[in-house]
Amino acid sequence: MTMLEEPITIVSARVDGADVELPAGSTVLEACREAGADLPTLCYGPTMTAANACRVCMVEVEGSRTLVPSCSRKLDEGMEIWTGSERAVHSRRLVMELLASASELDRAGPDLERWMGEARARPGRFGPPEPATPRVPPDPGHHHPPNTFAASVAEPPKIEDELYVRDYSRCILCYRCVDACGVEHQNTFAIAVAGRGFDARISTEFDVTLPESACVYCGNCIAVCPTGALAGRIEWDMRGQGTWDESSQEVTRTVCSYCGVGCNLDLHVQEGRIVSVTSPHDHDVTLGNLCIKGRFGWMYVDSGRGV
Amino acid sequence: MDLRYLLDRPTAAERAAVDEVLGPPPSGWDGGEFTHLDGHVAHGGHEARARRHLLLPALHAVQDAVGSVSKGALGYISERLTVPPAEAYGVATFYALIDTRPRPATLLHVCDDIVCSRYGADELKQSIAAELGPSGGDESGVGWLPSPCLGQCDRAPAVMTHRAGVGYHNIAPAQPAMLSDLQVDELPAGPIHQDRSTLTLLRRIGVVDPGSLDAYRANGGYEGLTRAITLGPRGVIEAMDISGLRGRGGAAFPIGLKWRGVADADGEDKYIIANGDESEPGTFKDRILMEGDPFAIVEAMTIAGFATGATKGFVYVRGEYPVAERRLTEAVSQATQAGLLGSDVAGAGFVFDIEIRRGAGAYICGEETALFASIEGLRGEPRQKPPFPTEHGVFGKPTSVNNIETLVAALAVLDGGAEQFAAIGTERSTGPKLFCISGDVARPGLYEVPFGTTLRDLMDLAGGVRQGKAVGAVLVGGAAGSFVDPDTLDMELTFEGAAEARTGLGSGAVIVFDETTDFGSVLRRIAQFFRDESCGQCVPCRIGTVRQEEALARLAAGRPLGAVAEEMQRLDDLARVMADASICGLGQTAASAVQSAIRLGLMAGAAQ
Repeated sequence: MTMLEEPITIVSARVDGADVELPAGSTVLEACREAGADLPTLCYGPTMTAANACRVCMVEVEGSRTLVPSCSRKLDEGMEIWTGSERAVHSRRLVMELLASASELDRAGPDLERWMGEARARPGRFGPPEPATPRVPPDPGHHHPPNTFAASVAEPPKIEDELYVRDYSRCILCYRCVDACGVEHQNTFAIAVAGRGFDARISTEFDVTLPESACVYCGNCIAVCPTGALAGRIEWDMRGQGTWDESSQEVTRTVCSYCGVGCNLDLHVQEGRIVSVTSPHDHDVTLGNLCIKGRFGWMYVDSGRGV
Repeated sequence: MDLRYLLDRPTAAERAAVDEVLGPPPSGWDGGEFTHLDGHVAHGGHEARARRHLLLPALHAVQDAVGSVSKGALGYISERLTVPPAEAYGVATFYALIDTRPRPATLLHVCDDIVCSRYGADELKQSIAAELGPSGGDESGVGWLPSPCLGQCDRAPAVMTHRAGVGYHNIAPAQPAMLSDLQVDELPAGPIHQDRSTLTLLRRIGVVDPGSLDAYRANGGYEGLTRAITLGPRGVIEAMDISGLRGRGGAAFPIGLKWRGVADADGEDKYIIANGDESEPGTFKDRILMEGDPFAIVEAMTIAGFATGATKGFVYVRGEYPVAERRLTEAVSQATQAGLLGSDVAGAGFVFDIEIRRGAGAYICGEETALFASIEGLRGEPRQKPPFPTEHGVFGKPTSVNNIETLVAALAVLDGGAEQFAAIGTERSTGPKLFCISGDVARPGLYEVPFGTTLRDLMDLAGGVRQGKAVGAVLVGGAAGSFVDPDTLDMELTFEGAAEARTGLGSGAVIVFDETTDFGSVLRRIAQFFRDESCGQCVPCRIGTVRQEEALARLAAGRPLGAVAEEMQRLDDLARVMADASICGLGQTAASAVQSAIRLGLMAGAAQ
């Protein structure tokens, strides 16, 4: 007897007037990309369930009162989707302007820079951003009256150990680190969103330091952070000194030697020195995840004492 | 799950408060004493995690008993429920009425929202500050915090007190002298200014003892359930269809359609939720119904359960409504004892139980999907629809969420007949409707009128503008609604009439502002409200509400960023992105009042 796979149903829709056909269960985002639309995404990560929080990928769907988040809406038969309508373009521009007016986004990568340029986003139009101040414990419902600055999430970076930096001035609250630490990947649950509204932030319980928390230093939150708010200490230090240069880095793929799982490691080497270790997001064993040994257990290479 | 818990231990009082909700810990693994058996057997696991929905009740218990939730208490709750401490902290810090830092044993929540502001809330705050020091402080063992609308707008200004180990009380109208002696009695639910014999929804309020099932039954109570049982589940839903009853919480969804959706949904476990998380500024109708006629809500939910096949109901009561919570709890207990809830309701062979859940100071939890999250023990963050609650509601099960007034109106459909109900009002807005009139009128209060009554007639019922002044503008629908100007007072109060006047009936709040009003400050308070109440999940609302308030503050100060026209463009841009791209109704309506005020030219300083 031959095993029959579930038959694949095909869903037809139209994106900006062009017909597309995708397997049932595909998202509107996949349909838009199939049709060649360059839709921005920030909180969406290919290895994770869509958090549906940043609202940068919104498109217009005929018959829908509001715009629709393309990353999480499933494609329906006959859907008529517009990625370039005036409403959709306006919404995307405003979302990027708002994000960049409240968070430092200069390490969010070239894609966002391109999207913002194309949208002619001007985050500065909301006024000069508030300088970094230590954030008080979350006080939901308590009002912070406006001052002459545009309120921002800027705060001094949290450097509590040799491995991580949490630079929450760059945080856009996309939930990816929380999901990666929790049910999506690691099941450690060291961090969660605390507080409410603009006061919401990523936090451990009672804001205890990472070494005091449940954190196991797998670095899987760093691997999914889209804005550089979470970074390895070496990368963060080098960026601060202006010596981080991705274009000169050589990436060597190898297999982690610590245990028998066989995680792929990408060694990022700059000027003969390992500066970070990642795992490819499309690797079917790791989905980009590693443990503390794979991600940080290579410092002996540079110890100068030989192997 | 292999979780790491906090090392801090709870005090005896904190432990007792938690155990009161969760029962004593079954083993050393759940925060109890370790015994020799614990080395051989581990409990917890799925069984403990399935009780996550008790997280908020447990946090409430500690807050009630000691006035705040310490590390030790949070750690103990985490252990008992197998919830990661970081997540429990995330939930605790979501709610304004849960404090994760020490607070004085007595805390005053002083309303300074748009209605109380018209009744001396600012002066009240100043005199409280003169006596107790700045807000948030603890100089005298008594502290105070400013609060959004407490739902006491018919007797403004309002204060809610919390005394650790004693409870919550409302004081309204509040005067500084009353605050030195906090031994206050429960306030009555009314007053209702209309003749009760002419009313349907309010006929028992203030007339029939809300604490007695016998009194309720002697005044028409449980006749609706009897009729429902005669009609059968389908018959009840058909009656709702014929009545034309549409939801009174703001969305105006036909109740027959909603109940049928749940009845037809697959699955055994289904839920009815009575949404009593009324927090829209200027709205107090559900409070008065819950306080004054709690058995009606219990009966209506039972009928909803019978019609849809749901066997479990939750009433989600606003945390600021302690009297409503007590009355409902008592009503559920009496109905259960009388066999009107339980495993064989009224001998008719169906199962229905009701649990009361208390909110904790979060406007957003009135949004139905946020309400689910709150009941489930998660942060009260809404989620994208579809899927809709009738398919995928609380705990992922088919759920009908009905506003309190809608449920009481459903009872009226069965009491008087669907045709009679449909004959009241207009073709598309049927039945009697409650309106909460507050602000600058002579007799603020709750009024029941047929749909189609004009705004002017409604204001006349409330005695017209107080102190002989003229109307400046009327905010219809609360903070999420829109202003209408004095030329629009002849608008019909119907769903369609409101849409024509570019507003919405929303929650039935009607706030009257006289001609002397500084609308700039009213708008800033509304903008502040949305900023403070945004859950923070999606960008348009989280940051948009902040930028909106900043722009209004700059305009008020006469220091616009660039030309005034640029500020207006920014406000318009923000309004559009919030309406188009926010996840839920909060963000989608956060600019509605501001934009309507700009259209009507109410904002001084916004002239271009």
